[in-house]
Amino acid sequence: MNRINKKLQEDKKLLSIYFTAGYPNLEDTVPIIESLQDSGVDMIEIGLPFSDPLADGPTIQESSTHALKNGMTTEKLFDQLKNIRNTIDIPLIIMGYFNPMMQYGVEAFCKRCQEIGIDGLIIPDLPVDVYHEEYQDTFEKYGLINVFLITPQTSDERIRFIDSVSGGFIYMVSSASTTGAQSSFGNTQEDYFNRIDAMNLNAPQIVGFGISNSETFNQAIQKAKGAIIGSAFIKYISSNPVENIPQFVEKIRA
Amino acid sequence: MNKVMGTYHVNEKGYYGEFGGAYIPEMLYPNVEELRQNYLKVMAEPSFQEEFHQLLRDYVGRPTPLYYAERLSKKYHTKIYLKREDLCHTGAHKVNNTIGQILMAKRLGKNRIIAETGAGQHGVATATVCALMGIQCVVYMGEIDIKRQAPNVARMKMLGAEVVPATSGSKTLKDATNEAIRDWINNPVDTHYIIGSVVGPHPYPDMVARFQSVISEEIKKQLHEKEGRENPDHVIACVGGGSNAAGAYYHFLDNADVNIIAVEAAGKGVHSGESAATSALGKDGIIHGSRTLLMQTNDGQITEPYSISAGLDYPGVGPMHAHLYKSGRAEFISITDDEAMTSGLGLSQLEGIIPAIETSHAFAVFDHRTFKEDEIVVVNLSGRGDKDLNTYIDYFKL
Ligand SMILES: Cc1ncc(COP(=O)(O)O)c(C=O)c1O
Repeated sequence: MNRINKKLQEDKKLLSIYFTAGYPNLEDTVPIIESLQDSGVDMIEIGLPFSDPLADGPTIQESSTHALKNGMTTEKLFDQLKNIRNTIDIPLIIMGYFNPMMQYGVEAFCKRCQEIGIDGLIIPDLPVDVYHEEYQDTFEKYGLINVFLITPQTSDERIRFIDSVSGGFIYMVSSASTTGAQSSFGNTQEDYFNRIDAMNLNAPQIVGFGISNSETFNQAIQKAKGAIIGSAFIKYISSNPVENIPQFVEKIRA
Repeated sequence: MNKVMGTYHVNEKGYYGEFGGAYIPEMLYPNVEELRQNYLKVMAEPSFQEEFHQLLRDYVGRPTPLYYAERLSKKYHTKIYLKREDLCHTGAHKVNNTIGQILMAKRLGKNRIIAETGAGQHGVATATVCALMGIQCVVYMGEIDIKRQAPNVARMKMLGAEVVPATSGSKTLKDATNEAIRDWINNPVDTHYIIGSVVGPHPYPDMVARFQSVISEEIKKQLHEKEGRENPDHVIACVGGGSNAAGAYYHFLDNADVNIIAVEAAGKGVHSGESAATSALGKDGIIHGSRTLLMQTNDGQITEPYSISAGLDYPGVGPMHAHLYKSGRAEFISITDDEAMTSGLGLSQLEGIIPAIETSHAFAVFDHRTFKEDEIVVVNLSGRGDKDLNTYIDYFKL
């Protein structure tokens, strides 16, 4: 069974962390992953940096620009990760935009992911419809779970379609926004969390965007299976050494 | 007619051949889908058509003349007509699209407009129609372009628009477009994004092409009056994103008797490393939600183009043009900065018309290839050169 599905079956709420590969330093990728696993994080999203990250707010934009300046490339990332399964057993997901994957070759990219032991992909600008028609077979051939986003504006009908195509979890974007932004959740989010919960979807939901502390984390996991922290972690790692990662994670779980 | 014709318009899935589509984050789906479901219906409404054409006539000053350029024709031994988009209100073809889109936005119940701009022409055209309709307007512009294009920034402000500097990435047009898209993600309900060219996710390329298609609609009528025939032998236009070209080609796309010539900016030379010749240098990929040709590294990172003309300085090209290139339907020619500047000066002194530097690229074609004496060549004169005076002054030490 795919590590993501196994993890989703565990009787606990999941904490997933996103970071941009190659930031703050080119060779930080593996130490960050190891430290996150040691800190008890359940799942990791490894950001493949892109020059034009449309769905991201300033924090992830800057970390991406920085990582590219440091010399991060698709091949470099695969090279850094090639022995990752010697030490890491939690699910690993690569999150990135579609253009770099196209240039690598979608099939070659998927194949390499499988060889390394990547469990899934999140590609914000590959719409579910295009995926379903053109790429689903390839992803599945290499055992990869593709994760789709939904937002408060996504219609029930479309959510049902996304649910039917999802092999792992659904990424619930907390509000109509780019990544980052929010410091707390209000009534709109509560209503949205309740609406999705009441739909009884097949795929569990994990909430992301705008989760920055234990308060927002706890709100997000009331109804959902887990939550993802991105920008807040990137801000932390930009001014703290990798050794301090356990302290960050502890605070979230508090 | 040996070419298989009839395939150069968008198909119902939003593709031109293999190019186009809507590669957008889910956050944008409701907005883009709302537009996709409504744009053709709204445009077909008689009240929409009436208002659109009334504004084009009384406010923009259409139809723009189709002018027989006698001295230019003599010099190049062929019959050259100029489609005078430079005489549109605000000085370029851009306003045809912004008029159409502001009416669309109103009918979709939007009360806030966002736009991107490079040189500022599209920003000015958007700020203009927002002032006309009394709608709030926010224009994203790269921090570097804000410095380069001060007069247009002042124009937008005078028209009541807020100009927001794009400080991410390379701080130019592609980043301004990213910022506008991000704004739309954060304001999904009340805001309409007026894209400035035939780029972006479907239905934008098709919608913008339809609004600009008034250019070739008029060319047909005017040519018929002047020459007794509707179709020229050649249509020439410069291509940045490709909106003035799309408008000039539109009604000739599926007629193999009309040769289509697309002119791109070679900057300091196609292979100089400082160029914006997307068809020659680009590879299949995704930019701003559209599958098309774009300039990028082997690793799929989008690169920064260069041209002396800010309006041609875009790393992608509209999906219609990518298809025209790939299928061989259109002839693509790249023109360097120097060639464009020289031909801009030439047109000024032969015909008394100072063109925008974007447009100057199109005229340089006459030094690149010959046309037969009895052939009719229409050049889309997309804009006037007022905005470029400083660049002309610096270049020619005027
Ligand atoms: C006069 C003029 N021509 C051409 C262009 C290029 O845009 P497009 O290729 O969309 O016509 C611009 C853009 O600013 C312009 O101002």
